[in-house]
Amino acid sequence: MNGNNGTNSENNIKPPATSVGVLGWARANLFNSWFNSILTLIALFVLWRIIPPFIRWTFIDSLWFSTSDECREIGGACWSIIPANWRFMIFGFYPYEQQWRPLLAMVMLVILLFYSRNRDHWKKSLLYAWLISLVAMGLLMKGGVAGLTPIESNQWGGLPLTLMLSVFGLAAAYPLGVILALGRQSELPAIKTVCIVYIEMIRGVPLITLLFMSSVVFPLFLPEGVTVNPILRAQVAIIMFTAAYIAEVVRGGLQGMAKGQYEAAESLGLNYYQTMRLVILPQALKIVIPPTVSQLISALKDTSLVVIIALYDLLKTTQSTLSNPNWMAYSSEAYIFVALIYFACCYFMSSYSRRLEVELDTGL
Amino acid sequence: MNDTATAERNELSDDAIIEITGMHKWYGEFHVLQDINLTVQKKERIVICGPSGSGKSTLIRCINRLEEHQRGRIVVDGIELTNDIKNIEKIRVEVGMVFQHFNLFPHLTIVENLTLGPVWVRKVPKKEAEEMAMYYLEKVQIAEQAQKFPGQLSGGQQQRVAIARSLCMAPKVMLFDEPTSALDPEMIKEVLDVMIDLAQEGMTMLVVTHEMGFAKSVAHRVLFMDYGQIVEQNTPEEFFENPRNDRTKLFLSQILN
Repeated sequence: MNGNNGTNSENNIKPPATSVGVLGWARANLFNSWFNSILTLIALFVLWRIIPPFIRWTFIDSLWFSTSDECREIGGACWSIIPANWRFMIFGFYPYEQQWRPLLAMVMLVILLFYSRNRDHWKKSLLYAWLISLVAMGLLMKGGVAGLTPIESNQWGGLPLTLMLSVFGLAAAYPLGVILALGRQSELPAIKTVCIVYIEMIRGVPLITLLFMSSVVFPLFLPEGVTVNPILRAQVAIIMFTAAYIAEVVRGGLQGMAKGQYEAAESLGLNYYQTMRLVILPQALKIVIPPTVSQLISALKDTSLVVIIALYDLLKTTQSTLSNPNWMAYSSEAYIFVALIYFACCYFMSSYSRRLEVELDTGL
Repeated sequence: MNDTATAERNELSDDAIIEITGMHKWYGEFHVLQDINLTVQKKERIVICGPSGSGKSTLIRCINRLEEHQRGRIVVDGIELTNDIKNIEKIRVEVGMVFQHFNLFPHLTIVENLTLGPVWVRKVPKKEAEEMAMYYLEKVQIAEQAQKFPGQLSGGQQQRVAIARSLCMAPKVMLFDEPTSALDPEMIKEVLDVMIDLAQEGMTMLVVTHEMGFAKSVAHRVLFMDYGQIVEQNTPEEFFENPRNDRTKLFLSQILN
């Protein structure tokens, strides 16, 4: 900023070296006062005490493919628990020789999810691809057709169960939440009351309670001999729970809409359904992408609560692995592995939401 | 301009397109519109002025049912406004509206803003609607912005797009609710020019505005409203030169100086 440099009257005066580059950045951000300098030094000390031992434990002193006995000799991580047990952790009690079926189903799901990330691919054909794949995945899991051995759903577990509960849970909860939010804003008192009562009742109860009710209380009301698949019951409980929260997030977006948008749409002659679909929801839902995705991420993680109604999701199969006396000492390694899987799923969602926000940004 | 307006005045048909009789409206206890009687002929251009809070915006918003009236009758193009949603939607198709704050749809491009109504309400094929949209965009001299989003346009450009959006529905009447009040001074003219063009083509227009120059050159009739009533109405010449009512005189002295 100093223009009084007599030897260089051109416009290309460079700023002093201490205000640019790594040095400048460090000065401006880490050592700009004595208090900050002390904090920086303390932070560096803590990092120095934590990171090298962690790297040592994770990579240097660790074993990756060994028996549990060999692991006892070392001071580092025993990652061998994962290769030794991964089939049970991922697939649970699904019969060993048939595990290619859930694997294939998951691969189909992941490919479709990745392909659907790009909004240019959102065409009718993609919708059909989803519908066909969903049926195919169901048949793969269930069997009983085309020479596949039937597998009862009480043998489903692990990652396929977690993914199923999450993907269907979120896919169904989101539209239901939007409908509930619109219903709560309705001018028809009956609809409005039903939606408010629903949302407030569900939000007033922990998910665990809903899951218990779906597995313990709900069957009491069924006629004798009639049973509903426990996975389906858990799935419905998750959908109902998540939808109530999504509804409140979406309502926030609807309230953020200017009255003029409704008036402009109505004065063109658009009816209620068209106004909402073409004008209000595209804007309102865009505003609430960040809180919606937070809600969906937390719903994904909440699927791990199904352990309490004896479903073997990814977390539960991992826990069961740890009940094996040979491996029970290596719970940290197993949980880190599971945490990474959850993290990958959640990070996929949050990175996608950021991308959507950028794509949908129209400058107003 | 004055002369053309006077000459045309005699050519007005006797067909009424809007008939308002004995209309009242309340906001809670507050009596915003009191015994409004107004007949608008086809091709007639009316400017409504008055102090803020006098009910002039509310009056034109009653004509396409953005506001509900509680007593009296409003008949637009032979259809009476009642609670029947089908009638309301029929009337809204025939009545275009331009707002003070433009109210373009920010998530759609300019051309999508224009085709939305024709495609979904009038069921015009998309291609045809786009051609029509481009025709009107050229008319308001903004065709080169067709693929942009509203947020990238200036206020004056946005308001011209808003006018084009209404015209795409081929309305029989256009309502303007203070179309230049939210604009920077240098942009007012470009919007008024578009409105003058529209007037010359014989559009039926009801305009709430403080632009007295526009009223003088374009209006067949000027209405002055105060406290929810139509206090005085006359031809622009008479209205500006010989206002009869004291409140009109006071208002004109304030606004013209």
